Amino acid sequence: MTMMSSMQTNPASATAAPPGDAGPISIRAAAFDGFYGAFQALKGISLDIPRNQVTAFIGPSGCGKSTFLRWMNRMNDTIPGARASGTLTLDGEDILARSLDVVDLRRRVGMVFQRPNPFPKSIFDNVAFGPRLHWRHSRADLEDLVEQSLRSAALWNEVKDRLHASALGLSGGQQQRLCIARAIAGGPEVLLMDEPCSALDPKSTASVEELIRQLRTAYTIVIVTHNMQQASRVSDRTAFFFEGSLIESGPTETLFTNPKSKQTEDYVTGRFG
Amino acid sequence: MTDVPHVPVGRRILANRLFLAVCVFCTGLAVCVLAVLIVSIVMDGVHRLSPDFIANFASRKPQEAGIRAPLVGSIWVCAICALTALPIGVGTAIYLEEFAKRGKFTEFIRINISNLSGVPSVVYGIIGLTAFSRFFGWRAGAAPIALGNPDSMLYLQLPFGSGVLAGGLTLALVVLPIVIVASQEAIRAVPNSLRQGSLALGSTRWQMVSQITLPASLPMIMTGAILAMSRAIGEAAPILVLGAPLLVLETPTNLMSDFTVLPMQVFNWMKRSKASFQEIAAAAIIVQLAVLMSFNAFAILVRQRLQTPLQ
Amino acid sequence: MVSPAVAASTAASRGTPIPRAARDRSEVLVKTVLLSFSLLSIVTTFSIVAVLGFEAWRFFTGFPDTPGIGIIPFLTGTEWNPLLGGEQKFGVLPLVCGTLLVTFIAGAIALPIGLITAIFLSEYAPSRLRIVLKSLLEILAGVPTVVYGFFAVAIITPALQRFSDAFGTFNALSAGIAVGIMILPVVCSLSEDALRAVPQSLRDGSSALGGTKFDTSVKVVLPAALSGIMASFLLALTRAIGETMIVALAAGGLAQMTLNPTNPVQTMTGWIVDIFFGDAQANSVEYASSYAVAATLFLMTLVLTLVGTAILKRFREEYE
Repeated sequence: MTMMSSMQTNPASATAAPPGDAGPISIRAAAFDGFYGAFQALKGISLDIPRNQVTAFIGPSGCGKSTFLRWMNRMNDTIPGARASGTLTLDGEDILARSLDVVDLRRRVGMVFQRPNPFPKSIFDNVAFGPRLHWRHSRADLEDLVEQSLRSAALWNEVKDRLHASALGLSGGQQQRLCIARAIAGGPEVLLMDEPCSALDPKSTASVEELIRQLRTAYTIVIVTHNMQQASRVSDRTAFFFEGSLIESGPTETLFTNPKSKQTEDYVTGRFG
Repeated sequence: MTDVPHVPVGRRILANRLFLAVCVFCTGLAVCVLAVLIVSIVMDGVHRLSPDFIANFASRKPQEAGIRAPLVGSIWVCAICALTALPIGVGTAIYLEEFAKRGKFTEFIRINISNLSGVPSVVYGIIGLTAFSRFFGWRAGAAPIALGNPDSMLYLQLPFGSGVLAGGLTLALVVLPIVIVASQEAIRAVPNSLRQGSLALGSTRWQMVSQITLPASLPMIMTGAILAMSRAIGEAAPILVLGAPLLVLETPTNLMSDFTVLPMQVFNWMKRSKASFQEIAAAAIIVQLAVLMSFNAFAILVRQRLQTPLQ
Repeated sequence: MVSPAVAASTAASRGTPIPRAARDRSEVLVKTVLLSFSLLSIVTTFSIVAVLGFEAWRFFTGFPDTPGIGIIPFLTGTEWNPLLGGEQKFGVLPLVCGTLLVTFIAGAIALPIGLITAIFLSEYAPSRLRIVLKSLLEILAGVPTVVYGFFAVAIITPALQRFSDAFGTFNALSAGIAVGIMILPVVCSLSEDALRAVPQSLRDGSSALGGTKFDTSVKVVLPAALSGIMASFLLALTRAIGETMIVALAAGGLAQMTLNPTNPVQTMTGWIVDIFFGDAQANSVEYASSYAVAATLFLMTLVLTLVGTAILKRFREEYE
């Protein structure tokens, strides 16, 4: 099954490339343009997202970072008038192709949203929702899958005694970790996170950030954030967007301490944005 | 300080108090009128209520008349109406809200539905008569085609004639716009974040609708459905136009049976001049209002039970 | 020790994939079924237009053995006497006049009282009272119209007769008042919804500028909710125009051109009920006249609804 073969299953190999260097590439964009109707939201983006690393997208409001994120799992298809041109591939496969099975793409490229959005169902049914869409499991296998997904999201110990309680009874931080577990359950290669901590209190933010650091051994992670400290805490590589263009990208430490472009320097030092 | 003409504060406060008085008066008036309505009906008819009243059929003598035929007839007709209007209405709402692309065609359907909700129920009666009862004049004059056994409930005649099936379908026409609009509002009330979450996990549109949107909108849809059925129970004009017989002395046995409904019976009795007929009309109204109240109570109960907070 | 993420993917891989083709097929099937349901609404409108139009046309142009009435005499004639033995007159204006008179009386009662009650419920009333009254309104919205007809005949008409001798057993005012009471919950409920939809920030802004509750309600909230309120008015008037049972019981059924509310009148809906309640022959002129009247009625409510939709589009305020 092609969906399983492209998964990283050996954690040890993830540490082979030093953090910050581009190793094997998961998602690649080349001369990518994105439009909402007549408005061009993204101009000529060329960027590599390396496998098993955390890449952060930073930039002021409206710069296109969230839009670009949503193209990676074709969520922009839900917006009438949205279209794109150029190259955008996942492990070499063209994401923009009409013949692409978008449903399977979204399983392989999971997404966590800014505000936690658990379904009004039980915790178990939330996590099992994705797998039930794609496979038929025996009950035992499904319970195993749910447990491992919740463990991956560092939530299992908190909810193991109330798996069938409503997910809406969890705190904000727990709900967001539940959404992460939900995305993980489908066995993705990539996790897209659109400002996942901006609706959370500092303590929950810290626990989610810690989780992101752990998860990168198994997944490729792209995180959009408007919080530059968060970007420097959590990510291996950073890309700076401004008004639809990619200004600069590179290892996080380099981008923040020694940026190549003056615009990048102005933004990371807080002169605007 | 420039010399700006202004309304003295005192006058504005007075206007405020006056307006509040007007508001309270109007609300009180509305409540009073409705109270008088209920009380007068109850006073007129309550002494006619008895178990016999519910069990008996209509009769020339007011003392012996009962509402058995219209009560059972109403239940039959409403059941058929619900089984027809609810799937079609909710289905239309789902299509318009979740599947249809914004464009001239969908806009045309929307305008259609809003027009249909303004059409008087007599007109639907006429359409029901022509379309369901007579099949637009097909086989006019010839005997209707019979399908099935008259002893079974699902006996059919083509055209449908003026039996419960035609009555239920005609009422379905009347309530369909209500169901559609109420279901649309219910579906719109589901937060978009839930839809995005479902799609992002790799669901198709229909999987998202059937597993996320519909369950979440169910309480509001049910409320709308019950409201629509309340309206259906109270409609007399379409049934009248359809040609339901004025005097019905049996309860329906199959889809082609003659029938009458509670409001029709009330109308019939009210048209007679004897005061005692007015009284049993009032009694029938009390029964109808009781049925309505229980519908509404059921709606509120269902709403409470199914309501899980969505955010 | 295998990481949970790895264990998760292993557990996932133990499942059997759900066949895509079947899922896609059922998706298409569902879409088709739902689309056909939606098309039924168009079919219904088309049927109404076709049926009413066809029969009205026959009425205007004639049957095999009776001459047609003609559309101009129908639309401009001021006498409606179809059941007279000799000279039959089919001018629809008395019926239209009756409908409009009853509707006008109903609107004059329901619109102001309904709106003010709505303002009270939305802006002034404490939450508990609001819930109670709103539930009451919901219940009233479901009361069958025959009940209001009963009310008109049994309570309103005698009260009017005590007030003045001019009122006969059947009169337009009694029916008008009853129709007004009938549409009152509709006006109140929908207007209240429209008022409550106005965001609190507007009210706060007005209060912060020193406005009294009256100022806020009437000068800020009301104009903001105007499109919703006008929509509720138009819906209520449409209901009033189409109302059948109340007028059939209380208005009298005498077709005459009059603006005097003490007189009995006949409305378009009342006439249709008369024909179908009575024993007119299926292919007679009288029978066909009911279709012509129904067509007129349909056109009136159609125009009203279209005007309402257009107004709603123009005046709707977007808050976000």
